[in-house]
Amino acid sequence: MEEGFLKEGFLKEQQVMESDLNSDTSHKSSVDFLMDWFRKRSIFVLAYGTGCGAIEMPPTFTSRYDAERLGIRGAATPRQADVIIVSGYCSYKTLRRIIRTYEQMANPKYVLALGSCTVNGGMYWDSYNTIKKLEDYMPVDMYVNGCMPRPESILEGFIELQKEIAEGKASSWQKYEENYEFYRKNQEAVLGKTVAPAYDADWYLYDGGL
Amino acid sequence: MIIFDLMGMLLSAYIVGFIYYGLYRNITARFQRRIGPTVLQSFYDSIKFFSKKESISHGWMFYLGPVIMMTGAIMTLFFIPFFYNSESFSGLSAYGNLFVVLYLMMLGPLGNAMGVGVSGSPFAVMGVTRGLTRMFAMELPFYIAVIALMSLNHSADIATIAANQTTINAFAYPLLFIGVLFSFVAMMGQSPFDVVGAPVEVYSGPAAEFSGKFLALLMSQSAIFSFAKLVLMVNLFLGGAEGFFELLGKTFVLFLFVIAFGSMYGRFKTPQSVDFLVKVPTAIAVVGLILATTGGQ
Repeated sequence: MEEGFLKEGFLKEQQVMESDLNSDTSHKSSVDFLMDWFRKRSIFVLAYGTGCGAIEMPPTFTSRYDAERLGIRGAATPRQADVIIVSGYCSYKTLRRIIRTYEQMANPKYVLALGSCTVNGGMYWDSYNTIKKLEDYMPVDMYVNGCMPRPESILEGFIELQKEIAEGKASSWQKYEENYEFYRKNQEAVLGKTVAPAYDADWYLYDGGL
Repeated sequence: MIIFDLMGMLLSAYIVGFIYYGLYRNITARFQRRIGPTVLQSFYDSIKFFSKKESISHGWMFYLGPVIMMTGAIMTLFFIPFFYNSESFSGLSAYGNLFVVLYLMMLGPLGNAMGVGVSGSPFAVMGVTRGLTRMFAMELPFYIAVIALMSLNHSADIATIAANQTTINAFAYPLLFIGVLFSFVAMMGQSPFDVVGAPVEVYSGPAAEFSGKFLALLMSQSAIFSFAKLVLMVNLFLGGAEGFFELLGKTFVLFLFVIAFGSMYGRFKTPQSVDFLVKVPTAIAVVGLILATTGGQ
């Protein structure tokens, strides 16, 4: 097919995704490289809508935009998911669920935030019961702007996320573990002390575990 | 050396199973007018899950669930000969007959039920309950047909049943085959009988609490077990196979039928699926049994 045709659409997205990655991968071992490639090609998205942007997700995953051709598909439970989409404004009540869900996901895990509400509050900038800046409460790998972003933009966000995964740069889950005190403090500031059970990467060693 | 034979069977079932699952997702996508993932997508998924950093645990029985499931699948595979006229790829089929296979097919789901039970997830337990409820109904037509075949062939040996078919059993005993096809669709976990792992009802059911390596093990198990069931059906009803190409051709036709059937129908509720399976396919299979054993056909 001619270059000129591929300005947009399915084939363009496919081409973008499969194009060579101009990244510095010299520091990675071949096993890392391979694993990151598999992670890039297989993204399970938690079917959980937090705000108005959730309505853009069904067309993204069904026949019209068909995210599955890029290896992106829905997952039923947080245990199986790689990506959680925070799709728009999140009220304090939802934030509690998001954090609880995020902490149940297995590493490596990624966060995709949609819309301006997750960046600075958006049209809810003066609301009494929504958070303004998602990054204070949990790390974010990729923002997709718009209010609300169309499925095309969400797919583009996914493709960018896939590039970062392939380069090994999408490491927000490590950031969450390293800066847990910071996030926990902010979470407790809006949610009180009962935000979630303590997050500990080794918690399977206690509490009914091995 | 039987060990090389077994490894060959396992490897071919693993590869073919994953390619079939990729094709399943691709063909389903085409039915829904999508492009769909690549054929190797399921394989990518399983490798990705194996590379997940951590998994949760609910005690040692939780670990054993997927392991028992995998054991059941692999042992089922080993007792089903791929080809009826050849020593190679016959696995352990000389040491066990159809009864052993039927028993081993139950082993995995029951073991997994115990592993799932300790996880304490209500959705997982709901999925298991649905699965066990459906299992009794699903196996009725299948067992009736299998009993008919065993009595007609005076043998419970799979290779003998496969070799004895001058006209293949699907055409010689069409009613038995139709009854079995319904329960085979249910065995492959396809609509309208896919009540166990219904994603939006019980959140993938038994797999709800499994992540990372557990889930990867369950996916591999599913691929291997599906291929084992396809080979069993080919041996019992489609005249067996003499070589790999024939085996792949026949299993793929059967698999394509299952996919097409599943894409056409919505999901039954659990009681509906039990009702249907106990009434329609069982009745067809019983009539088929009577006709076959009294020489009516």
